[in-house]
Formats: sequence, C-alpha cells, structure tokens
Amino acid sequence: MTMLIFERSGQGRRLSLLPETPVDVEQYIPGECLRRQDLDLPQLSENDISRHYTELAKRSHGVNDGFYPLGSCTMKYNPKLNEEMAASAGFCDIHPLQPLDTVQGCLQVMADAQKYLAEITGMDAVSLQPGAGAHGEFTGLLLIKAYLRSLGQDGRTKIIVPDSAHGTNPASAAMAGFSVINVPSDPQGDVDLAALKEAVGEDTAALMLTNPNTLGRFDKNILQITQIVHAAGGLCYYDGANLNAVVGLVRPGDMGFDVVHLNLHKTFSTPHGGGGPGSGPVGCKSFLAPFLPGPLAAEEPGGSYGWHLPVQCIGAVKAFYGNFLVAVKALSYILTLGADGLAAAATQAVLNANYLMKQLSGSYDMACDGLCMHEFVMSLEKLKQETGVSAMDVAKAILDCHMYPPTMYFPLIVHEALMVEPTETESKETLDQAAQAYLEIYRRAFSDPESLHNAPCGTVIGRVDEVGAARNPRLKYGD
Amino acid sequence: MGGYLPVDPASQRQMLAALGLSSAEELFADVPREMLMKQVDIPQGQSEMETEKAMRQMAGKNKVFASVFRGAGAYRHYIPAIVKNVTAKEEFVTAYTPYQAEISQGILQAIYEYQTMICRLTGMDAANASVYDGATAAAEALAMCWDKKKPLAIVAASAPPQVIQVCQTYCFGSGMELAIAPLRNGLVDKKALRQLLQDRPAACFYLQQPNYFGLIEDAAGIAEIVREHKTKLIMGVNPVAAALLQTPGEIGADIAVGEGQPLGMPLSFGGPYLGFMAANKAMMRKLPGRIVGETTDNRGNRAFVLTLQAREQHIRREKASSNICSNQALCALTASVYMAAMGPAGLRQAASLSVAAAHRLAEGLCAIPGFSLRYKSPFFHEFVTECPVTPAYLEERLAERGILSGLPLEDGGMLWCATEMNDQAQIDALLQAVREVTV
Repeated sequence: MTMLIFERSGQGRRLSLLPETPVDVEQYIPGECLRRQDLDLPQLSENDISRHYTELAKRSHGVNDGFYPLGSCTMKYNPKLNEEMAASAGFCDIHPLQPLDTVQGCLQVMADAQKYLAEITGMDAVSLQPGAGAHGEFTGLLLIKAYLRSLGQDGRTKIIVPDSAHGTNPASAAMAGFSVINVPSDPQGDVDLAALKEAVGEDTAALMLTNPNTLGRFDKNILQITQIVHAAGGLCYYDGANLNAVVGLVRPGDMGFDVVHLNLHKTFSTPHGGGGPGSGPVGCKSFLAPFLPGPLAAEEPGGSYGWHLPVQCIGAVKAFYGNFLVAVKALSYILTLGADGLAAAATQAVLNANYLMKQLSGSYDMACDGLCMHEFVMSLEKLKQETGVSAMDVAKAILDCHMYPPTMYFPLIVHEALMVEPTETESKETLDQAAQAYLEIYRRAFSDPESLHNAPCGTVIGRVDEVGAARNPRLKYGD
Repeated sequence: MGGYLPVDPASQRQMLAALGLSSAEELFADVPREMLMKQVDIPQGQSEMETEKAMRQMAGKNKVFASVFRGAGAYRHYIPAIVKNVTAKEEFVTAYTPYQAEISQGILQAIYEYQTMICRLTGMDAANASVYDGATAAAEALAMCWDKKKPLAIVAASAPPQVIQVCQTYCFGSGMELAIAPLRNGLVDKKALRQLLQDRPAACFYLQQPNYFGLIEDAAGIAEIVREHKTKLIMGVNPVAAALLQTPGEIGADIAVGEGQPLGMPLSFGGPYLGFMAANKAMMRKLPGRIVGETTDNRGNRAFVLTLQAREQHIRREKASSNICSNQALCALTASVYMAAMGPAGLRQAASLSVAAAHRLAEGLCAIPGFSLRYKSPFFHEFVTECPVTPAYLEERLAERGILSGLPLEDGGMLWCATEMNDQAQIDALLQAVREVTV
C-alpha cells in the first residue's frame, strides 16, 4: 500500500527554497485578520516528494504506458515537440496583461490557431476562450441564446438532443437556461427524422448533434437533419468530440452546422493531463460572430496583432484568453500535420477502428452492422445472458493485459456497451495484440466466467467499493 | 507531410485487404460526396525542425520581463524545480480522467491529496478536483447557491474584473440576477451591503480576499451581515495569502474558491490556471465536477475512486449540478506538489516576503513626488497609487528598461504587485527608473 503524502510528513523537514529573511507580518497586517488555524501541509524533503510522486506515477497509466482505446476520448499520442514548445519561456513567462507590443507572438499563436480552426471546421470565426469541450458547449449555446434574443425570438427555449448524445449536451443546455427535448435515435444511432420533424417548432432554439454519432456512424442524412432544423427557425450545434474521424476531410460548416466546439485535447493531440487542462474553442458562422466571447486575437494591417472585442459579445466565459498553452500545442500539431497530414490522420483513425472491429466481430456483437468511423460500439448483452459476464467484467479483465479498457456503458442506447476508439497513432501490431487479448477474454467468458467476475487480479488494487465511497464520503485525509 | 502515424504502407494494404476494401476512400462511403473535401485550405504539413523554428519565432516576438511588478489576477512566484519535474511525468501528463480506478490509483491519490491540501488551506470540509480557473470557480459557486425563491446573487465590486465578467456571463445563462455591492475607500461598503440585502433577499454574496486592489476586507464583519440575512457567503481567496490570513473556514464561509495559479503555475499568458473550490459539509453534494473519495477494494486495501457521481452530467444529464467534465487536473497536481515542496513554513515565507516586498515598494514609491497610496487601509501584496504622469506613459518608459510596471487602471491609478521574486535589488532598480522617468 502506498503511503499518503501526509503519512510521509515529519515535523520540521523542509526544502530550502526561499531566502530565510525574517518578516514581522503583524507590522503590515492587523492581528485580527491573521489566520489562527494551523497550516497543516506536509513537511518533507525533496527526495521524499520525488519518490512519492514517482510511486504514484507507477500506479497510473497514460497513453505513453500502453494502448488506450477509450471511446469518445481520442487518446492519441501526444507529440513531444508540442510539449517542449509550450514550455518555452517565450510563452510561459508572459503575463496576460502585458502591453500589446510585448505579446505579439502570443497574439500570433492565437490568431493563427483561430484562422486554421475556422478553416478546418468551415466556420467564419473562432474563440479560444472556453476551457474544455463542455465549456465550449455552454459558450456555443449562449451565442445562440444571445442571437435569438437580438431577434426578439425569446420564445425559442428548447434544445433538441438525441438520446445517444454525450451527457454534457443536456447539462450544458440546462446551464444556458434552455430546456431539453430528447429525441430517439434509430438502431444505427442516427437521428430519427420523423421524430425530429415532430420535435422541431416555434420553440426550437437549436439541435445539438455529434457526427459521427456516438455509435461511430456518420449520419448519412446530415444535410436533411440540418435542413429540418433550419426550416423550423432553429440553429444547429456541432459537438466536436468526434471530429477526429473526419478532420481535414469533412467540415461541420458544410454539413449545415452554425456553431461548433472542438476539443483540442482530443482531435489536436494535446495531452489530457489526468483530466485536464483541455481547451474547447468555439467556432461559428458569421451571423453569430458578433456574439463570441472575447477578446479575439486579430491580425492588423501592417502585420501586427491586436485584440478585437465582438460588438455584441456575450462577455467572458473564462479569465483572460483561455488555456493559452494548450492552443500553443495544438497550433504546433496543426503546423506539423498540415492539410495533408490531418486528412491522413483521420483516414488512419477510421481504418484502425474498422480493422480492430473486424477482428472482434466474429465473436463480440457490434451495436450496428457495416463499417464504422473512428470508433465502434460492442454490445455484450447476449454474452451476459449466456455467460453472466458483463461489459464491466470484460473491461476489468482488459486491465490485466496492461491496456486501458474502452468506455463502458455508453452510449446509453446500447445495453452492456463497450465503446472502442483506437486512434490513428496505434500500429497494426498493437491492434493485433489487442484483438488477441479481447478474443481470449471472450473465450474465457464461456470457459471460466468466474475469473472474469474477479478481474482484475494483476493490478495494484482490486475492484473498489464505489457504493460505499458514495454512501459514506471520505473526501480528504482524516475524514 | 508531417505526422505521427505508425502504420507503414504494407500494413495499411493488409488492413484494407482484411476489410475487403481496395482503397481507404471506401471507408467514407456514408459521407455525402459533395461535402468530402480534397483538402482544407491550410498549409501543407512540415518537418519537426520547421515547426520548431516557426514556433520559436513566435515565442521570440514576446518580451519576457525579468522584473515584474504586475499581478491583477496572475502572480509570478518562485516555482521550485521539483514541481516542474513531477508534473512532466508522462504517466500523469498523458492519462485521461481516472475512470478505471484499478489502473489509476496514482492519479486518484494525487487528486485526493490535493483536495485535502485545499481543505487545509481554506479551512473547509470538502474540495472538488478543480474547475477551469478562479473566475469560473466563482461562477460555479454562485450556481451552487441557486435558490428559486431568491434568484439574486451579489458580487463585491472589489472582486477582480475577470471574476465579475465571468459571473455575469454565467448568470446570463442561468437567469440568476446579479447585483454588484458598492465600495467605500476600496472596500465593501458594509452599510450599503446591509441595505442591499434588506431590500431584496439574495441567495449568496461573493467576497474577494484580498480584494482586487490588494486591500484586506473585514471578512468577519461582512460575514456577520451576510449571515444575519440568511445569505450564503462565498469567499474568493488568493491561496498564497491564505497561508497568513483568516481562512474562509474561520470566517464561516459556505464556499471557498480561488485562482490557484500562484501555487506553482507560470503566468502562461493567462492559462492554463486552476480553479479551486471547497465547501462546508452542508454544501458538499452541490459541488460541481470530479471528486475523489477514499474507499476499499475487494482485497481490503485502501483505495481511491471518483465518487458522488450522481451529481454529474454523465449520470444526471440536464439535472446535473454542472456540465463540467474535463477540468485542470494537471494544474491541481502542480498545486499539490508546490504545496508539498513549500510546506507550511515555505508557503508562509512566500506570503510574508511578498507582503514585505510590497510594503517596501509602496514606501519607496510614495517617497517620489506625485505618488501616493490611493487607499489607506491594510493591504497584502498589491496596492494602488496615484501617479504624477499618466500610467500608460509610465508603463511604456519602464518597459523600455525591462521592467513590467504595475497595471494602469482606467481611472489614472496604477495597481502594483510585489512577490518574493522582487528582491531589494529589483525594487531599488524600479524606484531609480521611476525617478528618472517622472522628473
């Protein structure tokens, strides 16, 4: 068992980081304003800290440690150059409120990223301010709200969301003050056109959609879908979580979408950091651009850069200009791949997913037939009926193969779902090995289901008591 | 064409053959032909060497100031070497949110330790795993207090402008009404606040400590007024100052939030930073975002896991407490390693040296003709002066000398900041430069 950092602490241990000049604080701050509570942070040497976190690192698994086909999360390789560029002093040691002439490079990064992302998505303007995908959704919906309000169409209060959508879609709609109408999907995960026609009306603000959808299918009817919504006076919002399937090949703007958000930490290779920071730029067509959160970076005549505040700006959604260093990494990625490289990456992502799906489809049931895009969904419902082995059991058994499992139990419209997204940065050999491991687990479901209920056995801990954790929350050391 | 594809042409042919396809284009059969692009209109790919050159050229156009006297929401503190070393570990950098606990114990434990340290720093009962930054933390805190019988939130005018702006934008979404509590001498006007609360019941009041002008608010006195009106108190605190000042817990705040950037993160032109959030027991289940809890595994070992997920969007969808999923996990780790490296004595020393440097700077500036402190009450490591020249002029002249001055305020004042990074030599050099450009 690994000790907690607090259990390694020893009274009086310390690093010598700052000059020890004594300061009489009470000379400056009235005594009654001072903290009385003990500041109980751990007391350690540098070696204690170094070993502690090395141990924690060994008990973690990143893309660098092995295959990570977590569906909808696009766990591709994170190029080292991009990390190095973002760590350079010329980007890191820049105060956000420095004079304009001293931040021309930062503004150029932002202006170029805005320009390329607009072209890649088929949009007219982009704001880099949102901090992650969900934050981008919230921002995009506020654009729609402000726009509708400017037209006096306050009665458009409903956001239509397919039942296959990411959970963030309805949650973002609620945060933006809309109510949510769920529409059913067909078995391929495509929007049910009849249900959509039924759902749209004078109260429709927008449809939120991801394409490819969460079953990994490109919705063939996409132009009809966006037409139906537009004809009813609503707008179309593109959830960019699955853009990696078509980046450089198909643009949301050409599908009829008015607003998009991107996940730079998915499609554009910036690392996930164990949960963040991400970046969720929002792009829109020109009629929505006056509402974008600002300021935006803008190239000025003469080649210098300045700030541009959209005239009907919804305000700021985040302090300053977004997760700037993430934009640095994404721009570095875009420059390296270019138009040709992005298209090649999308193509390979789709080929890898199909290749792995093909290897597994003789055994595992796929949620739908035919080719997939960048990811595919398996349904283990039948396997569970026949053997008692669940999607959870299979996922946990995969942990013993030193691979990260697929996304479990999503999308909600597929029972016992496992959603697999290999990404383009995995080799055929890795996919072959993964397929072998999955097929071996499938065989064990029939020969030795008990071993799967007990999996994993080779990890540092076994299955955890999640119910107990939620019932009796212990959220800090000492609780 | 540059890129990171590990599949060689022969393998690619084998893979297509296994699928019974003759070309990769057939993979996109479902895409309507008319929307399939040959290529988007951005430059073609290039080598790593060329990209590096282009990126370095851009970085080179920025000016890195060796001497920085500007804060206003982003603070330059000393960052220990161990912080950069630990947070560059690729197991942390390249992992996703730790959904699979058995293979993510390291990250889960690190977040749990972070939550504990934030609770200890703020004196609160429970913390989440982070949100995007201090401004969104403030806005999320307002949302935690949403009460349909009292759809009003009040924010102190002495909160940083970026906090007020982001709260306004979030309130545009939620429909919560936002009022701004006025100031008197740079501090929350307690009489006016009392009046505001009497006029209309408010769900919550947001107080910044130290405030945007660096002043130390009478948090205890304000808390009393807020409590009398059954309004929730949200305190936004600077985490370095929190090492010395009365904690939100001691004040009796319901929620504590703040910008965690001073805890080991570089200035980074505004991000990524860290929004920390902590609450008392009563508000714990309203916290947005990821929370890690301690539990046991099926072998009886101590284990850590994402918990209280019934609040979250992937379970609750439109009824979730927030839509947040990606947060600032690596920044939370940065803050943890920073706090562990500094320890209680180190963090107090960083805070104390900052206060002392700011007061030496203020004293030195006020000895120069035309400079005076705008506000007379105690301040932490920031303060506002009047200037004998326009602040923009002063900013420009000092920048020529390699010094980033205080921030010019719209009304002619200048908001100065000093930290432990501004040693006596830097302060002396600044004062000398100011004397030269203001004579």
